Amino acid sequence: MTRTARGAAFAEGLETAGAWLLAVLWILPLAYAAWTAFHPPEFSTRFALDAPLTLQNFANAWAAAPFARYFVNTVALAAMVLAVQLVLGTLAGYAFARYEFAGREIAFWLVLVQLMITPDILVVENYRTMSGLGIVDTVPAIGLPYMASAFGIFLLRQTFKTVPRELDEAARVEGAGGLATLWKVYVPLAKPVYIAWGLVSVSFQWNNFLWPLVITNSVESRPLTVGLQVFSSTDQGIDWSIICAATLITAAPLLVAFLLFQRQFVQSFMRAGIR
Amino acid sequence: MRRIVRALAVAAALAAGAAQAQTAEISFYYPVAVGGPITKIIDGLAADFQKENPGIKVTPIYAGTYQETIVKALTAHKSGSPPVTSVLLSTDMFTLIDEDAVIAVSDLANSAEDQAWLKGFYPAFMYNSQTGGKVWGVPFQRSTIVLYWNKEAFKEAGLDPNRPPATWAEMVEYAQKLTKRDAAGNVTQWGVQVPSSGFPYWLFQGFTTQNGVELMNPAGTETYFDKPEVVEALQFWVDLSRKHRVMAPGVIEWGTTPRDFFERKTAMMWTTTGNLTNVRNNAKFDFGVAMLPANKRRGSPTGGGNFYIFKKSTPEQQQAALKFIRWITAPQRAAQWGIDTGYVAVTPAAWETPVMKKHVEGFPAAAVARDQLQYAVAELSTHENQRVTKALNDGLQAALTGAKAPADALRDAQREAERILRPFRR
Amino acid sequence: MTTRFSAGIHGWLLLLPAAALLAAFTHFPAVATLVQSFRSSPKPNRPAAFVGLDNYRTLVEDPVFWQSAWNNVWYALGTIPLSIALALAMALAVNRGLRGRAFLRMAYFTPTVLPMIAVANIWLFFFTPQYGLLEQVTGLFGAPSHNWLGSPSTALACVIAVAVWKEAGFFMIFYLAALQQIPPVYAEAAAIEGASRWTYFRRIVFPLLMPTTLFVLVNAVINSFRLVDHIFVMTRGGPDNATSLVLFYLYEVGFKFWDTAYAAALTMVLLVVLGGIAIAQFGLLERRIHYR
Repeated sequence: MTRTARGAAFAEGLETAGAWLLAVLWILPLAYAAWTAFHPPEFSTRFALDAPLTLQNFANAWAAAPFARYFVNTVALAAMVLAVQLVLGTLAGYAFARYEFAGREIAFWLVLVQLMITPDILVVENYRTMSGLGIVDTVPAIGLPYMASAFGIFLLRQTFKTVPRELDEAARVEGAGGLATLWKVYVPLAKPVYIAWGLVSVSFQWNNFLWPLVITNSVESRPLTVGLQVFSSTDQGIDWSIICAATLITAAPLLVAFLLFQRQFVQSFMRAGIR
Repeated sequence: MRRIVRALAVAAALAAGAAQAQTAEISFYYPVAVGGPITKIIDGLAADFQKENPGIKVTPIYAGTYQETIVKALTAHKSGSPPVTSVLLSTDMFTLIDEDAVIAVSDLANSAEDQAWLKGFYPAFMYNSQTGGKVWGVPFQRSTIVLYWNKEAFKEAGLDPNRPPATWAEMVEYAQKLTKRDAAGNVTQWGVQVPSSGFPYWLFQGFTTQNGVELMNPAGTETYFDKPEVVEALQFWVDLSRKHRVMAPGVIEWGTTPRDFFERKTAMMWTTTGNLTNVRNNAKFDFGVAMLPANKRRGSPTGGGNFYIFKKSTPEQQQAALKFIRWITAPQRAAQWGIDTGYVAVTPAAWETPVMKKHVEGFPAAAVARDQLQYAVAELSTHENQRVTKALNDGLQAALTGAKAPADALRDAQREAERILRPFRR
Repeated sequence: MTTRFSAGIHGWLLLLPAAALLAAFTHFPAVATLVQSFRSSPKPNRPAAFVGLDNYRTLVEDPVFWQSAWNNVWYALGTIPLSIALALAMALAVNRGLRGRAFLRMAYFTPTVLPMIAVANIWLFFFTPQYGLLEQVTGLFGAPSHNWLGSPSTALACVIAVAVWKEAGFFMIFYLAALQQIPPVYAEAAAIEGASRWTYFRRIVFPLLMPTTLFVLVNAVINSFRLVDHIFVMTRGGPDNATSLVLFYLYEVGFKFWDTAYAAALTMVLLVVLGGIAIAQFGLLERRIHYR
């Protein structure tokens, strides 16, 4: 073995070790949550191999807060936001990609403003708007500011622009109108983009916290994140066993979905050309 | 057959109509962060009350934490449909008055019997419930700070496990014996722990009260953060870690403090009486509960929630709410509430009930908070309460982390509080 | 002519629903914030009134605001480069096909799916003095105990670490997608030329990744002003405002003190900063937006 080859092998080994170390660090909170959730409270700070397993923490967490209701709220929120985002984003992206109209450039810049000025920053004014509309403490109020997504509009505009004009024209020759062409030609071609964006959108809404915290104040509208915060901030101090169980309960749907679809997920990102 | 059914239906409708005519419905916001046992107790109490008072329907609404409940109540007040009554922090009194949201309970409770009832609460709980000669809140779920100690650790350190420290000097002396260091000089067990995250002002009031000084006037328009006795109190708190080295340095997290105690990382801790059940369930060693130690005197602030009655409800609803509050604070129920939840029963009469006497007999620690009440003072509460409190909290944390000397930190906090309170001092 | 005209109408009609929502929840509130920042907060006995620059004067004199602003600068300087560098390193590692790359990819990505508010409690345990995980590890090496979140000197760094942990895996996905689109011929050519892997990365891969880096950079910058969830659990801005960020302080002022006018002035600060960065970045990004 030459010296450089040995050096290269050494460097490679170092990189592999580094990559694994990083991975262990990154998964540690999840690993801890799993450990603590399945063991009795005495083992939440001690890691003994002979610790008995239990499901009691899950039972306690489930009984201690109306998680079922929080799930319903969160699913309703994420589904509602995603559905509206997809429809509005498709229409707007199509308009920007394929229509010539006065003020298009300015309108596009105005859309891009939301990339920077995200709704999280405008909580005070948006709260005022929602109370003006009389919908404070409702699920739609949580979703409204996010329903038009600049990110989505931008993505779809880029994707639609790559659709060959000939396909568009062929559809129109067959007598399809603007919306029919969009539905038959553009939407099917943009499928990977929809998947990638859908995943980002759902995980964003699933984990969003500040705005829901501000705008909700009852069990009927609270999403999981806010429910979890209310539940973990008691006067009696932190009970990690029950919090870890609750964390796993809350994160489980997304985690499972990701584990099942991780390859497709990355590939749809790749095909979506988000880079 | 059909005719009978129809007759029954008519009768039922009539009965319902008649009942409706007499029913006063009172919506009742109650702050509870989680479901589980406490909501069941409240639901049970509301149902019992309704059984005894068929004309009144109590609808409890569980609104989350105290912070969320007041936000919800004030938002509802501004939009014109507040609850009839709500349990909110006793320190929210000035905020509620400033928002013109609540009515003085003493204005409603004008019969001699009612007045006598209002006089039946522990005075310590009433300090935070009245201002300007009127009573605005009725004590319900109240707490104070107490000292928990690990009897095993006391034994190991050669201390009498049944004798908690009674004075500041004793607390330091015990804590020095209880602080254990390993060969490298690292601490494995601290002597004492007084948490300082989140709301350090509350624990600080323990020190200031013991040093014989109050932090604000009863009108909630002035603060005395820079008085020498207050500075002394903060110096003592800071010295616990900096000079005596018996408490962990820096800001100590409130949420992990009970856990630190269970893990034997601290031999004594100051925390709320509300933690009694938690400690009882989780401490794997023999523990004791004591009043906070004295310096010039004993003392602790009170904390927790009061009943308020909202202005924008009908006089009938307000009277019905008053009736409900009187009913729920009656000795028998106050006693049971205290036993079930760990809050301090709010009237001396409640402690005289047989059920409470029996409870104390079996678990003497439960009575410590009551005995401390004679020394207790009002929790810090002023106009613009959240802001003034933040000014003090920031100063306390600055001193505890060594960023500022206690005198400087408190002078800055006082200056900020004066600026905030200036508009109210006319 | 008429077709162009009707195309224009159609274009606007397609855009209308999204534009209406954006106007209602982004543009209108941004302008309304500006207006509100010149008024006082309404009180029951004192309705809101025009107060000119009073709120901004308060802001300039407010030490907590300045501290939050400086903290935010450090937070940005800590999270942005670290999360981007780690994301790139992760993407390179996963892309190289190391053994167990499926596991690596999953490990790196999990923080993205876990709710910040929940894991913040877990991180709180990691940073707990004495028996916390970090202390259990440092204790093995005989290091003295340290109050990580309770000391102003380390609290902000802990909060930054959690933010980096949360973000890096998400950014990795973008890099990974970009890396997989680099044609393998480049690597082969570099190998024939005898270029070292480092040279190959520096001269070929990194420049090709530039558009992705810009995209990730924009997101990282926005997040450094937006990502405050964990502060609610871990420190509540303490000790003594050492971890208070502008958005967190804005929440306190707006929804704990109910001083909406002053909160509007604070919002303006964020709007101006983000607007300024946007102009700078869009200048750079322009090429990228049109390059297709």
